[in-house]
Amino acid sequence: MNATGGSVTGIGAPVRRKEDFRFVTGNGRYTADIGRPGQVHLHFLRSTHAHARIVRIQAGHASRMPGVLAVITGADLAGDKLGPLVCGWMIHSTDGTPMKMAPHPALPADTVRYVGEPVVAVIAETPEQARDAAEAVVIDYEELPAVVDPAAAQREGAPQIHEVAPRNTIFHWQLGDAAAVDSAFARAASVTSLDIVNNRLVPNAIEPRGALAEFDPGSDSYTLWNTSQNPHVARLVLSAFVGVAPEHRLRVVAPDVGGGFGSKIFIYAEEVVALAAARRVRRPVRWICDRSEAFVADAHGRDHVTNAQLAFDRDGKILGLRVKTIANLGAYMSTFSSSVPTYLYATLLSGQYAIPAIHCSVDAVYTNTVPVDAYRGAGRPEATYVIERLMEVSARRLGVDPAELRRKNFVQKFPHQTPVIMSYDCGDYAASLDKALALADWAGFAARKRESETRGKLRGIGLSAYIEACGIAPSQAVGSLGAGVGLWESAEVRVNPTGSVEVLTGSHSHGQGHETTFAQLVSGRLGIPLDAVSIVHGDTDKVQFGMGTYGSRSGAVGMSAIVKALDKVEAKAKKVAAHLLEAAETDIVFENGTFTVAGTDKAATFGEVALNAYLAHKFAGADLEPGLKEGAFYDPVNFTFPAGTHVCEVEIDPDTGRVAVARFTAVDDFGVVINPMIVEGQVHGGIAQGIGQALMEQAVYDEGGQLVTGSYNDYVMPRAMDFPPLVVDTTVTPCPSNPLGMKGCGEAGAIAAPAAVMNAVTDALGTEDVPMPANQLAVWRVLQRQPRQAAE
Amino acid sequence: MPAVSMTVNGKPVRGDVESRTLLVQFLRETLRLTGTHVGCDTSQCGACVVHVDGVAVKSCSMLAVQADGAEVLTIEGVATGDTLHPMQEAFRQNHGLQCGYCTPGMIMTALDIVRRKGHELDDHTIREELEGNLCRCTGYHNIVKSIAAGARAMASGDPARQAAE
Amino acid sequence: MYEFTYHRASGLRQATNLLTKFEDAKPIAGGQSLLPMMKFRLASPSNLVDLNKIEGLNGIELTSRALIIGAMARHAEVHTSPLVQQGIPALAALAGLIGDPAVRHRGTIGGSLANNDPTADYPAAALALGATIVTTKRKIAADEFFAGLFETVLEPDELITKVSFPLAKRAAYQKFRNPASRYAIVGVFVAKRPSEVRVAVTGAGSSGAFRLTAFEEALKSRFHPKSLEGLTVPAEGLASDIHASAEYRAHLIGVMARRAVAAANG
Repeated sequence: MNATGGSVTGIGAPVRRKEDFRFVTGNGRYTADIGRPGQVHLHFLRSTHAHARIVRIQAGHASRMPGVLAVITGADLAGDKLGPLVCGWMIHSTDGTPMKMAPHPALPADTVRYVGEPVVAVIAETPEQARDAAEAVVIDYEELPAVVDPAAAQREGAPQIHEVAPRNTIFHWQLGDAAAVDSAFARAASVTSLDIVNNRLVPNAIEPRGALAEFDPGSDSYTLWNTSQNPHVARLVLSAFVGVAPEHRLRVVAPDVGGGFGSKIFIYAEEVVALAAARRVRRPVRWICDRSEAFVADAHGRDHVTNAQLAFDRDGKILGLRVKTIANLGAYMSTFSSSVPTYLYATLLSGQYAIPAIHCSVDAVYTNTVPVDAYRGAGRPEATYVIERLMEVSARRLGVDPAELRRKNFVQKFPHQTPVIMSYDCGDYAASLDKALALADWAGFAARKRESETRGKLRGIGLSAYIEACGIAPSQAVGSLGAGVGLWESAEVRVNPTGSVEVLTGSHSHGQGHETTFAQLVSGRLGIPLDAVSIVHGDTDKVQFGMGTYGSRSGAVGMSAIVKALDKVEAKAKKVAAHLLEAAETDIVFENGTFTVAGTDKAATFGEVALNAYLAHKFAGADLEPGLKEGAFYDPVNFTFPAGTHVCEVEIDPDTGRVAVARFTAVDDFGVVINPMIVEGQVHGGIAQGIGQALMEQAVYDEGGQLVTGSYNDYVMPRAMDFPPLVVDTTVTPCPSNPLGMKGCGEAGAIAAPAAVMNAVTDALGTEDVPMPANQLAVWRVLQRQPRQAAE
Repeated sequence: MPAVSMTVNGKPVRGDVESRTLLVQFLRETLRLTGTHVGCDTSQCGACVVHVDGVAVKSCSMLAVQADGAEVLTIEGVATGDTLHPMQEAFRQNHGLQCGYCTPGMIMTALDIVRRKGHELDDHTIREELEGNLCRCTGYHNIVKSIAAGARAMASGDPARQAAE
Repeated sequence: MYEFTYHRASGLRQATNLLTKFEDAKPIAGGQSLLPMMKFRLASPSNLVDLNKIEGLNGIELTSRALIIGAMARHAEVHTSPLVQQGIPALAALAGLIGDPAVRHRGTIGGSLANNDPTADYPAAALALGATIVTTKRKIAADEFFAGLFETVLEPDELITKVSFPLAKRAAYQKFRNPASRYAIVGVFVAKRPSEVRVAVTGAGSSGAFRLTAFEEALKSRFHPKSLEGLTVPAEGLASDIHASAEYRAHLIGVMARRAVAAANG
């Protein structure tokens, strides 16, 4: 642990959050809370067809309705020379050809490709007037055949959604050594094969997305307040690709943001239109998404169809893994969509295991559905679901204890190079497994199962030993894999003359508590009170640049940048202290907020040194620049590899098919933990989303491309009653690749939980053929297939 | 346009609204009390819960004109100056919030649970009572903990701080 | 929501006059179903007549033979009323399963019955308990009251004033929720009265709540879950959606009915 480990506010302390006062008193400031003088309202008329040609748009009447300021179509945007939205990660197919990225205009000019695609924008004085007018716009469509199933989309004769992509195939990509895998399977004593569907999810941050765009004709510049996890990336894309304005004349502010889970990373059509509209009407233009609108306006997650095979030798050691996945990317390629089923997925298929040979092929396809992109975990939940279902099924087939089969195959020595790019740097998988089994009282399961049987209930237990790659990501590495950006982070530490400190960070907090954890780091390091530190984020006019928050990166990457900046602050402060204390710089020691001269009683507080840095009375500016402000960029040298074991126990009512989560235990290794209270909260939330995916949540399309689960009346949101109290603990192997030893904790629950739950459900039901989500109807159907197991 | 007058957080207010103006719109846009949030359009998420004449209601499912003459309490009226109400303090102490968006509705609902169910609340009761409040961040674990702790604190706390009950 | 003209009625006569006067006028009670429909622009009354300020419509009265509940009694009032808990505890329990606590503070029994949502809870109770719906014009037996999806025999200017539930010796309601909407996928209300046994089902019917006479017959001789063993409900005619196929609903009716009888027997 760090030197400040024992303090009440430093690293390792469960400090209560600084941001909470404003949130519990209703003083948070979210995008929808911002009111600009003269603001007007934007409403989108969206496609009701999954696939259709736009024959004619009649908006004349609408544009003359009360309060209407403008009606904007795709043709108008094209006239404004606004470019299309882009996907920023280039994937090449096996044959070397680049992915088939189709043009994605903010508003389509001639063809709609999914239900909910925005077609016409109406700007009016009030939201209701805008909506009234949108209803008066008449769009003549010529319907085209649609396809929503990703496998069907690739078949001969399927409707082609984009000219550039025959058979709707965006890329056919592979990773690993197919020949080595073939040879492993040839030698195998047994092979487990599974067909897996990873269900499509809707992110559903409770704050709906929104944008407020303002144009200042005097400076020919824009300000955009929006619900973004990464305002600088939004500005970069809006500037460099869409061409709204050069970066220095576009300010993007992401104020308090009410949850993101990935869905607020992306650059969407609505922001582009709001900016364009603000210029046209010369008034601030506000768009706030309705919840039901969000079901078609926000990128969805997951949606993989996979066949996976795992080969074992006679001793139960894994010889090889073969995975074939079709990933549904929806009707257009969203901002980072191509990276999710490739480098965020296939690279994690080795799980916690030493697997000599792995091969994964992925076909990404277009369908007439909402675009699919990263959602909490992004590729890693899909990978974990594949390998952890395979391990559980294999254990059952081989008749060995599922924990022992895993243990036998765990990676033991680090660093460990997998056959799928990743080099695991550290971990102790047996430690988290053992602790999880003990906390979950795995040994007592048989007795609990018998007790359930006396009540006519089926009980099952399952585990998931997951690994994820976080701390995204080393820029050179991701650059070589096709990323269009570097994935470092920046920080600036500004020390004020009075000794208080502002830290500007490119990370963005939308629930993660950075204002507290980042301040803990700074306060501990500089020996100043927590209240003397404020964390500034989310405004491109304040923070020079940043890559934002996703991929559990804010700690491992964002805080590492702050550490680097703090190193520079300390070095400079020591120089100032040397002048102040009239000593040699090499004799200055900084500890617990005080500068001392080694071997003397001469001392100066951090505040005194800060003041003197600005007074500059004790040194000539030629020797040392006045002031105390340092910046740093930190580019990680490796991914981080959080890992752990989650154990789930379910009880099923065989009369109704209803699955109840009876117990859930998580033991995670996140490396060094800054604030255990916040880390536990992150794990709770991730688990809830993971259980949600396993038992409840699912975006369902009908064959015609209508989203059947288009509101909270049909999409099942997890509620408090759906969970037992969660048991959460940690083990620690410090990450060797960053200064704080952190790995990241934001996505673990969502990554680990689905497999643990489904392993428990299939254990209870005695069959592997259970679809996810294992909702009551699905489980009842499974029970109908099999003779009822009598409760003996 | 109909005129409405009501008491919000102890202060008399009035305003002209359309008939169709929802109570939540009146609070947020006319009174600029933006602590009450909107998270859905099907009356399910509970981000907009306020108290009307002492009971919790979803302010997205009530017209502003229907609150004419009513006593309304929003999240902004719960603390006493800079002193948090015990329930607010409990959410802070127990990490019962992350992004903060559902939090005002959760706290207003929590106060209503205490009013109806008392100060000793078990896990099951709290979870059932949260039927109409969605949170996507916390997995509810710490919200349940916060409400139990807040309810107990309200029993033992300084009565002056419980004006909001 | 489309704009409309709002009328705050101070008495029943004024309310029915307003409903007569304006074509396309609608009464609003708790508004917990109507306002969401209007927000989605699926309902667009030009005039809204608010019943909330009419006095004397929310009383609850218990006589030796019946429990009489005013039309504007909120679900929360019915749920917590000592009179309801004494007279027909199953009805109090049912009211506590509607929506969520905040919705129950607004929603009313009269509004729920008049709306006749096929997945609402009260219609099952009204049918199974043999309730009488008292309106500004007449008294209507529950069996005659419901007339298909979101339809009742109420005339446009007719308002429910109270609902009279004959007391039942034993009664219980079992609700199996739609996990998303929280309405009933299947809700079964069973009631045993000296003269008869009634079983009513909500959530499952493609044209609203209905009575299950086969189950009633079976329970008549012996009011016990075992009497229902082997009895099945045909799936034909039942509602089917992504949450529950007609077959699943048919199955659940049996399960919920047996559980309701067991619960009624305590």
